[in-house]
Amino acid sequence: MSIRERLSGNEAIAVAMRQINPDVVAAFPITPSTEIPQYFSQFVSNGQVQTEFVAVESEHSAMSACIGAQAAGARTMTATSANGLALMWEMLYIASAMKLPMTLSCVNRALSGPLNIHNDHSDSMGARDSGWIQLYSETNQEAYDNLLQAIRIAEHKDVQLPVMVCQDGFITSHAVENIELLEDDKVKEFVGEYKPDHYLLNHKEPIAVGPLDLPAHCFEHKREQAQSMINAKKVILEVAKEFEKLTGRKYEYFEKYNLDDAEIAVIIINSSAGTAKTVVDKLRENGIKAGLLKIRMFRPFPADEIAEALRNVKALAVMDKAESYSAMGGPVGAEVKAALYGKADGIKVLNYIYGLGGRDVRADDIEEVYNSLMDIVKTGQIGETYRYIGVRG
Amino acid sequence: MAYNLKQVMNKPERLTGGHRMCAGCGAPVTVRTVLRALKPEDHAVCCSATGCLEVSTFLYPYTAWKDSFIHSAFENAGATLSGVEAAYTALMRKGKMNESYKFIAFGGDGGTYDIGLQSLSGAMERGHDMVYICYDNEAYMNTGIQRSSGTPRYADTTTSPQGTEMPGKMQYKKDLTGVMAAHRIPYVAQSTLTSNFKDLYEKAEKAIYTKGPAFMNVLSPCPRGWRYNTPDLMEICKLAVETCIWPLYEVEDGKWKLNYKPKKKLPVTEYLKPQGRFKHLFNDENRHLIDNIQEDIDKKWEELLKKCGEDS
Repeated sequence: MSIRERLSGNEAIAVAMRQINPDVVAAFPITPSTEIPQYFSQFVSNGQVQTEFVAVESEHSAMSACIGAQAAGARTMTATSANGLALMWEMLYIASAMKLPMTLSCVNRALSGPLNIHNDHSDSMGARDSGWIQLYSETNQEAYDNLLQAIRIAEHKDVQLPVMVCQDGFITSHAVENIELLEDDKVKEFVGEYKPDHYLLNHKEPIAVGPLDLPAHCFEHKREQAQSMINAKKVILEVAKEFEKLTGRKYEYFEKYNLDDAEIAVIIINSSAGTAKTVVDKLRENGIKAGLLKIRMFRPFPADEIAEALRNVKALAVMDKAESYSAMGGPVGAEVKAALYGKADGIKVLNYIYGLGGRDVRADDIEEVYNSLMDIVKTGQIGETYRYIGVRG
Repeated sequence: MAYNLKQVMNKPERLTGGHRMCAGCGAPVTVRTVLRALKPEDHAVCCSATGCLEVSTFLYPYTAWKDSFIHSAFENAGATLSGVEAAYTALMRKGKMNESYKFIAFGGDGGTYDIGLQSLSGAMERGHDMVYICYDNEAYMNTGIQRSSGTPRYADTTTSPQGTEMPGKMQYKKDLTGVMAAHRIPYVAQSTLTSNFKDLYEKAEKAIYTKGPAFMNVLSPCPRGWRYNTPDLMEICKLAVETCIWPLYEVEDGKWKLNYKPKKKLPVTEYLKPQGRFKHLFNDENRHLIDNIQEDIDKKWEELLKKCGEDS
């Protein structure tokens, strides 16, 4: 029997970490993810976990210590947000290139500047090419479930890549909602023991990690790394199936909400999907064929699957809670348009930037997006495709 | 047991030959001497900051390190190795391993005095059971001899070049050993390659086998940057000590101890003269700069004698 609880997103992550009982956690506090190392260090202090908690002096050192620990043969976890993730940037690429299967809980927050502690996705979206698998979570439940699955995905022999589990700062991280937890022993059994093939602390086989890698070999190594990301697609579904058997909760690359017969659709990530779902319900009541696609897995990107899922859609709005200053849209918009090209060319695609710096996204805003899509279907006129919603002026 | 060079040199090498460090470079001599201080039965994980040492000893697919080794980036040898040590602590606690390991990080002055100072400070403050060795060659040698905060005053480097208006680096050398002593960690020492490596070997042994964090600053000359004749490596080190430019001392549990006092302190010119980086100081118009250096060294030496209780 699962355990019914009421937890915030940060509490859910901390509880998952307690149940996983990793060997090493190295973290540095930053709003809104601070509570994760706080709760976790209390578990350490109370002897509820046997983890070595390293209270580092910066996020750069957090990721560096995680790299050292994971390479040494320890199951390693961390958490951060915004500028903390940015300070890790250099080391994120090194962690993935070293094929170190650690996990990071990213509580999404606007990346400075200007300084702003509230939610958008500019932090993790900026890290999208760092070689980390990225899973996004609409709710505390999804954050918890994704983190448990992340351990299995990361450590799978065909993957061996670090995984970032993202949730929205404050909106999800601090809001207390109902959640179903697994029993501690079930989690222990599900994640299993970490048994790396090669690691620094194996006295029978000393190894060297992190070479100077010149043109004679570096390209092959980068190709192998790319293959791991390709392999992750299969593994992510396999782990989700096993998780579903255990919990009854189904996970795929993305969630389709009233999408199969939809003529107009929105693509969105994280907590705003909840808002969008209520709008879809309302539109459906009025006989409008509106649907929603909520991306769970952004890295690797499920391009073919998204193109297939949108086959019957006439007009689509891709919602980006991050700018990429390309003067043509945001990161999710760019990926989705690339996915559709040559596969589902007839779809008219808008790309909206929304909610930057924590601007509230209301049902009215999302409804306005669907209304624009309806107009496009009606008139055949698309107009400007790079749009902002909820911004003054 | 008294130090016996022959015996010590017969211990198996843990950094093998065939690496690509320059002839006459102090860094690999420093590393080999430090690693010799490990008991042969003890395992080690070594770590290096990005720098000459790293790129010359671990060029894929070859490694010169017999022990496990990790390099991740330039500014984070302290943090990276602290993660390895944390893993060891956790795995031992969980009963997943039972072999004895020691942890030794190496960084040049660039990776230690400058870009890696925060990471080093954090690792030492947290009390990890590890040793950090700075092989101080007084400039960013790997990128081609740029000044660091460890570069001595008036040295000619490619970013503090001596010119018509400026006689090389205008700032003093940072007292990193003092900075690390202020961390109040169990063991801090300053050493270099002298007297059959006795000083460095014995200090490394103490650093490795003292529980908790230890830091050693080892002057390790660079023939390219300092422009000396490569066979003169040991002579340069000896002159650094005999002129009191690089005194040998240690700080054990907060207690300062001078390890060597020259019978007759040599003038700094003896040390400066064989080095091309100071050549311009011997032009007539710059002779007063040598006086400045001498005054500064004299002052620092007196301060050190006081700290070590040798000033009476």
